[in-house]
Amino acid sequence: MSRRFTPKIVTANALLEGDVVYFTAAGEWSRKHSDAELIDDEAHAQLRMLDAERSPGIVGVYLADAVKGDSGPKPVHFREAFRAKGPSNYPHGKQEEENHV
Amino acid sequence: MYNYNDFDQAFVRERVAQFRGQVARRIDGSLTEDEFKPLRLMNGLYLQLHAYMLRVAIPYGTLNAPQMRQLAMIADKFDKGYGHFTTRQNIQYNWPKLRDVPDMLDALADVGMHALQTSGNTIRNVTSDHFAGAAADEIEDPRPVAELLRQWSTDHPEFQFLGRKFKIAVGASEHDRAVLKAHDLAVRIVRNDAGDTGYEILVGGGLGRTPMIGKVLNPFLARQDLLAYVESVLSVYNLLGRRDNKYKARIKITVHENGLDTIRDLVEKRFAEIRPTFSGHDQNLLSEIRSHFPEPDYQRGSSEGFDAFYRADPAFRSWVDTNVTDHKNAEYAIATISIKAHGQTPGDATSDQMREMADIAEELAHNELRISHEQNVILPHLHKSNLPAVFARLQKVGLATANIGLISDIIACPGMDYCALATARSIPVAQEIATRFDDLKLEHDIGPLKIKISGCINACGHHHVGHIGILGLDRAGVENYQITLGGDGTQDATIGERAGPGFAYDEIVPAIERIIFAYLDLRQSGEETFLDAYRRVGITPFKDALYPAEDKANAA
Repeated sequence: MSRRFTPKIVTANALLEGDVVYFTAAGEWSRKHSDAELIDDEAHAQLRMLDAERSPGIVGVYLADAVKGDSGPKPVHFREAFRAKGPSNYPHGKQEEENHV
Repeated sequence: MYNYNDFDQAFVRERVAQFRGQVARRIDGSLTEDEFKPLRLMNGLYLQLHAYMLRVAIPYGTLNAPQMRQLAMIADKFDKGYGHFTTRQNIQYNWPKLRDVPDMLDALADVGMHALQTSGNTIRNVTSDHFAGAAADEIEDPRPVAELLRQWSTDHPEFQFLGRKFKIAVGASEHDRAVLKAHDLAVRIVRNDAGDTGYEILVGGGLGRTPMIGKVLNPFLARQDLLAYVESVLSVYNLLGRRDNKYKARIKITVHENGLDTIRDLVEKRFAEIRPTFSGHDQNLLSEIRSHFPEPDYQRGSSEGFDAFYRADPAFRSWVDTNVTDHKNAEYAIATISIKAHGQTPGDATSDQMREMADIAEELAHNELRISHEQNVILPHLHKSNLPAVFARLQKVGLATANIGLISDIIACPGMDYCALATARSIPVAQEIATRFDDLKLEHDIGPLKIKISGCINACGHHHVGHIGILGLDRAGVENYQITLGGDGTQDATIGERAGPGFAYDEIVPAIERIIFAYLDLRQSGEETFLDAYRRVGITPFKDALYPAEDKANAA
């Protein structure tokens, strides 16, 4: 019996700012985790990785576990939760940008 | 302190220009990330969790006021208005943008600084005693030797592609304040029975995955032979060190696998070959470097003002008792500025704080600052009469915390709040321990205690040599913290012993509290420090305090 595929998102860092970015279903990069395409098929995940790696301005593409949330995918592992939010000692990073909106 | 000559200035500027071109080629797509990564690492530029990180070298932790001011300017102009002082006496910026980095490097070059060899498999920034030149117990100022090693190792063609990174520290005192025995190679300036000075060479120390205490490779090396001998060690390591497995590539493993005697024989053989090629130029250079490190032009004067303030002001008295150390000149003092206000991030200073420290150094402290591996800033040469004014100015910028060497003077690596390698967070654990014991008002009663926290096995937070060490790990997708006890980073270097199973994030501060209360209960007097008590009673009482439920289960 093959192991069940854990749903994934494609994520990376932006080349110029280093900021965490997520690959959307439209093949664009978003700064928000909830915009990511949630992929529940392994073959499709590999295809999307190939697409993502070809896009310019992006560094370090990889697949991360995610789950379906009320408004888009949510991180599973705490590392991805920190990447999606920012550091815990200052309101910097993505949480800072959200506060400015 | 050492000032760049025309050669140094031209070299650093050329490297900045090269990197500017490399960044431009990366941005226009001519260079792939695989091609660019080793180039950016050579210039201290990492890509971390949320952003790039630029690690700037502060050779042997020494800065002057204009340099500190420039670090503040860089923090304001290119980052978020602060910098993080590290356990290797460097400073890191957590939020630079790729396009800005060449300008940041040019701004560093303006004050004789750079970020070269702060990453990659090369000889890293040479560290030293943060009290160098001021300590009462040193044979001589170790920094000229550290500077000689820095110049020799910078861009050394043979050692740009070592099997792994290589860290060197230099000390000259009986008391080791530079964690010499946790370095790949350490140089200790010593005096023999005949009264001659020479070098004790230690090799194979290191923390990380396989912690090891450095071993004496040569107990007394003649002074003129330093570079030839150190080059021989590096040369032997470069050929013999493993390159098949990065976890077995540090020289500590080479020494462990081949044996100290074999390494010594190989070093001696190489030394015999290359020693004749050292014609004495290095000794001339060392003399020239020494002229950059003169004794301060000591101010003479009465310390009556200090004495009166000390008697009258309890806050000042507490700060002096905790943060001020004897200077070799009896009219002077060494003041350690705590970058660990309770609840703040260990080692983080704002640009305003950096500027105030620079101003104080320039106006009242012979224009010198030091960064310690314990992530604090030191004013090494302060006339005692200036201490009250310095204290008052530090108070205004939140830098007057009287906690040096106490439970809240915690070393913490950036951990998973910033570092891409981390397996758990360090900073909030440090913040919460400091806040908790400040609330309990127990800090001064507990007395000398070193807590050191690393957010992964690489041990940048020196947890193995903490009296209490905390290692953050990822256990099945949850942060988990292992405790080690009885470590020591001084001349009596000891690797701490693991206490037992780890604790979840919300259990780690209560666990530390149980250790501390066990210590307070069992110590023989207020004079018996945590480490002394631990050495007397061993780990068992602390294990009992940490795992009380297990105790009952065993008894049942």
